[in-house]
Amino acid sequence: MHKLIRRLIATGIVSTPKPPAMELTPEAFESGKALVHRLGRALAVRHVDAGSCNGCELEIHALSNAYYNLEGLGIHFVASPRHADVLMVTGPVSRHMVSALLSAYDALPDPKLVLALGDCAIGNGIFDANYATVGKVSDVIPVHITIPGCPPAPTAILGAFIAITQADLVPSGTV
Amino acid sequence: MATITLHDIELEALNGMLAAYRGYVDGSAWRNLCLQCHETGGRLAALWGTDARPEGQGFLVHSVLIFADHWLWLTYSAGNEQASFPDISDIFPAASRPQRAIYDLLGITSGAADTRPWLRHGAWSPTDFPLRHNFDRPIIAPGREDPYPFIAVAGNGVHEIGVGPIHAGTIEPGHFRFYVVGDEILRLEERLGYTHKGIEKRFESFTLPEGTRLAARICADSTVAYAWAYSMAVEALCGCSVPHRAQWLRGLLLERERIANHLGDIGALSNDAGLAFGQTQFALLKEHWLQTNYQIFGHRYLMDTVVPGGVVHDMSHKSRRHIRDECETLEKAVHRLQVILDDHAGLQERFLETGRVTMAQAQALGAVGLVARASGLARDIRAEFPGLPYAALSVHTITRPQGDVAARVAVRFDEIYESLRLIRAILSDLPDGPLVGDCDTDKGTAGLGCVEGWRGEVFVAIERTTLRHAHRVHIHDPSWQNWLLLEHAVIGDLVPDFPLINKSFNLAYSGHDL
Repeated sequence: MHKLIRRLIATGIVSTPKPPAMELTPEAFESGKALVHRLGRALAVRHVDAGSCNGCELEIHALSNAYYNLEGLGIHFVASPRHADVLMVTGPVSRHMVSALLSAYDALPDPKLVLALGDCAIGNGIFDANYATVGKVSDVIPVHITIPGCPPAPTAILGAFIAITQADLVPSGTV
Repeated sequence: MATITLHDIELEALNGMLAAYRGYVDGSAWRNLCLQCHETGGRLAALWGTDARPEGQGFLVHSVLIFADHWLWLTYSAGNEQASFPDISDIFPAASRPQRAIYDLLGITSGAADTRPWLRHGAWSPTDFPLRHNFDRPIIAPGREDPYPFIAVAGNGVHEIGVGPIHAGTIEPGHFRFYVVGDEILRLEERLGYTHKGIEKRFESFTLPEGTRLAARICADSTVAYAWAYSMAVEALCGCSVPHRAQWLRGLLLERERIANHLGDIGALSNDAGLAFGQTQFALLKEHWLQTNYQIFGHRYLMDTVVPGGVVHDMSHKSRRHIRDECETLEKAVHRLQVILDDHAGLQERFLETGRVTMAQAQALGAVGLVARASGLARDIRAEFPGLPYAALSVHTITRPQGDVAARVAVRFDEIYESLRLIRAILSDLPDGPLVGDCDTDKGTAGLGCVEGWRGEVFVAIERTTLRHAHRVHIHDPSWQNWLLLEHAVIGDLVPDFPLINKSFNLAYSGHDL
């Protein structure tokens, strides 16, 4: 046990300063404001993999490491869409995931803020619409925030979360 | 190309890094060669179908067998109408799901008893076969999903638990159906195919060099292995040679990928067994490793670093020094943490004898990669069929006989040390020369590629066609074999141990579903 404690002390605090907030569209901004108004400056996120190659998931995992201090900012991932403020969707939406994605969206409470993460989810990826793939998340459910990247860096994902939680502090368009 | 007679059939020697031969066989040779392979301790590498009706060859079914010292690519002519081929799932249980997938995608039947769909859920109808050349319904609305007949367990007190496709954490989608009594698992049945994206069809719309980007995005945690296996197949097909420096740099990238995944997995396993400290520590080590990837190779997961003919990035002396120092720091840090994990009674109590796969089971089910090695089978393409740079580095194959979660953790630890040794050896002996060789991708007919990724052997076959489509690509992830093992590993274990056992396998969904 002493070795474990020594290692904890030697590691110290490694978290880095939070990245700047990303710019939100007016609609996303209003939804964010409504969320903060109702729930305060904490964010519960439910992630759904709708046919991703697992690249975006690797960065979502990375976001939870001590470096990014996600929970220190009041942001955490939850196990059910019913507990979530934001639904974060990855992948070009394989047709076999459409009904599961719709169920998750139905379970999400208002204002049903949806974040499409990664090039595939926003329709700029390598997969096109075909017999097995819809092509992008916004073809299935309304999307408010898009984060490009293949995969997007953890700081880019964090920047979007921060923008949502700060939507009441700054006027629309300047976040 | 040279022809030889082997196993009493005429075979054509294929170009490329693998000692591979190709032959067209009839039904009895198809099965006999599978039997011979199985009896001599060989294994099935891949099984897939193609629609060669435009070339007048009807439907074809291909199997690739790995013998002790060579590879055999067998092609069976399945006919034009009511195409079928002889079932081999009685010889290789791992053939069962690929056979079902062949029906879903091409409508070729195998005669096996299990005719349930595998990759098809509701996205296309049972009378549509998307990999047929005349499939011209590119977009079909997601249809009603037919109920899937799981093989249930009946009896007093038996309870059924369905999990997925969406899981509680950030995990790829798939469905697990458990049959339990109390907390004890009697049976697990997997249902996959949720992330099927039509990747093999998608390859048809790219040229061979363009396809590399797609290959790198089938399964992101193994992007180097996929891009390398794909490039190896392209290079074999067009007979292009890769400069030595590029081969060595590929080895460095692949070993960096292996270490990144092993670090992440050991952390996650420690977390699943209740020691959050391990997760915190290993996730940090992985994060630093990924940041170095970004600094030197421009991508945290090393996407698009391997291309047909060679690699994209060179390494400066400064980068080499940086990596050498990083290896030293990491080795010390991992050693220190291993001592803590090994000494932690609570953790070991969860790891030991949990999710056990015996060597006999692993052998019978055709296990590959890390999972096979943790059950005592020395299967590692880098040691069995070493190309460059591994032929010059002589990889030490890490095995453990126990086959439990603890063994899969131990193999990961030792593989981190072995990969660090390989990276150091690559850095000190890195040959000079160009990074990319010339590849005339317009010539050649067929090629195979296979790379031992961190999870196991990633296999790619490419075949040029004469008509409408320029070529066909088949991809095979090692998870096809190892998903079967997971179903056996959990029998008799407790439901709360499933996440731990599952994580100790850490199999691919997107890589499997294609």
